[in-house]
Amino acid sequence: MRYLPKSPADREAMLAEIGVPTIESLFETIPAEYRLTADLKIPRQHSESEILDRFRAFAGNVASGDAAELATRPAAKPYASFLGAGAYRHYRPVIIDSLVQRGEFLTSYTPYQPEIAQGTLQAMFEFQTMICELTGMEIANASMYDGSTGAAEAILMACRVTDRLGAVIARTVHPEYREVIATVTQHQEIPLSEVGYVPATGRVDLAALEAAITEETACVLIQSPNFFGTIEDVAAVAEIAHKKGALLIVSIAEAVSLGIVKAPVEADIVSLEAQSFGVAVGFGGPYCGVIACKEKFLRQMPGRLVGETKDMNSKRGFVLTLSTREQHIRREKATSNICTNQALVAMMVTIYMTVYGKQGLRELAEQNLAKAAYLRAALVGAGAKTQFDGTARFHEFVLHGTESAERLNEALLAKQIIGGLALAKWYPELGESATLWCATELTTKVQMDAAAGVVATCLEHELVGAK
Amino acid sequence: MSYPEKYHYAKSHEWLALDGDTAIIGITDYAQGSLGDIVFVELPKVGAEIAAGATFGSVESVKAVSDLYAPIGGTVTEVNTALNDAPETINAAANDTWIIKLAVKDATLDGLLTAADYEKFVAEETGH
Repeated sequence: MRYLPKSPADREAMLAEIGVPTIESLFETIPAEYRLTADLKIPRQHSESEILDRFRAFAGNVASGDAAELATRPAAKPYASFLGAGAYRHYRPVIIDSLVQRGEFLTSYTPYQPEIAQGTLQAMFEFQTMICELTGMEIANASMYDGSTGAAEAILMACRVTDRLGAVIARTVHPEYREVIATVTQHQEIPLSEVGYVPATGRVDLAALEAAITEETACVLIQSPNFFGTIEDVAAVAEIAHKKGALLIVSIAEAVSLGIVKAPVEADIVSLEAQSFGVAVGFGGPYCGVIACKEKFLRQMPGRLVGETKDMNSKRGFVLTLSTREQHIRREKATSNICTNQALVAMMVTIYMTVYGKQGLRELAEQNLAKAAYLRAALVGAGAKTQFDGTARFHEFVLHGTESAERLNEALLAKQIIGGLALAKWYPELGESATLWCATELTTKVQMDAAAGVVATCLEHELVGAK
Repeated sequence: MSYPEKYHYAKSHEWLALDGDTAIIGITDYAQGSLGDIVFVELPKVGAEIAAGATFGSVESVKAVSDLYAPIGGTVTEVNTALNDAPETINAAANDTWIIKLAVKDATLDGLLTAADYEKFVAEETGH
């Protein structure tokens, strides 16, 4: 059903056409005393998430049935989570699941005879177009497995483009992405070198980066916002890489950041994890990787690419283009090996981007920033310390609470709060107390205050213990 | 389909013309016809060393991407950059469109066919 609202100008024009001064005058035949003069007493409009909360509450009441029986059960209070680090909790509009569960999308495998599925191709084309607008790149594929394999494929691609063999990777790139890259590149004999960060800022060390690039370096890989949540100076890194003939790959693990952080237009290749756009956080997958790049690298780009064309009747249509380079035709010489119905996950992302739109995404990013700022202030107020202060960041930050991050997280878990990610495993130099915290639009004030309360208590005990 | 007498032919469907120490290489009329509309030619870098029988690039048509094999070993001295903008030239005139030129050290043409033998080979391969 379509709802087409009329603008005040439309109403004016219609009234003028029939020669009536006001809408009210259309009802003059009804005696004044029978006309409603006050507004209808109906509740204000509710957002989708408010309606969901309301119905969940109704469902809870219905399910409880016998009040006496209910009293014996512990209350099912959901856990509050402050984890981010590459897997982000964001609101998923209900329209995503209702649309992707349509048989045409859900059961179709990777399109081997693609042109008969114009709807699927159009959705992929729209996905590519929106990703290009977001990342500032000229072309995008649809799609890769996830951000980590996307970053690895981007490195392989850079080696093909430059005819060099080697990658310089910032240590501020997600540690698990770096592990996947090492796995993918180890048998291709691509030497990898890592560059550290400036302790004060948490950004990649530019001097060390410049020194690490050789004549054989195909590309530099950075992540922005990086693993610590800090925004890298993409333009400066690009200048250093390009001066030495290497490409710059920018990995983005949190797609929502693109709502407010400047697009990495200086990059040659952008490798994006689009999980935040409507894909649930679920045991590591399925996620949605994307590679976007400058058009001149088109033929070296892995994955599917949908192009717009005209059919024999000059009508707009879509084709799967460059698929001659994919594995079902080129076998072992293919530029990629993307199997399974990854396109379905890309579809979720497409719907999400369509629902939010440009303005919506901007507001969402601002909400995330505001929540993170509140969380940070609350935790600092509780006596914890944040690291890499003074550098622009998105919605994550490094926090030092009690001496042992593990002990703090145990205390939080006892209150059904999942605290920040302990960082010592990957960054021992940050110490045992370092944790990575994240707040999104789903994080509530109550949750943040509760977490700050636990942190304050733990720090007080530590202080008392030390005395 | 035409196969000029002056060329030497590889079973991988490249033609080769020898001009002193320079080998000029293209793909045969049969190859372009089988590939269909060619949309992209991937060329090697000038200066690259290529062994006989090794791949030196690829041709991409709307149907497939096929590797190009060097009928003879040598160093790439020139690549036909005009193909970057007009790869369809190969469809129009495969015999007159060279792809690379190689500086050859040893101009032995073992395993290459004459025009007549290549025509016979193609006929056997296609069953006509």
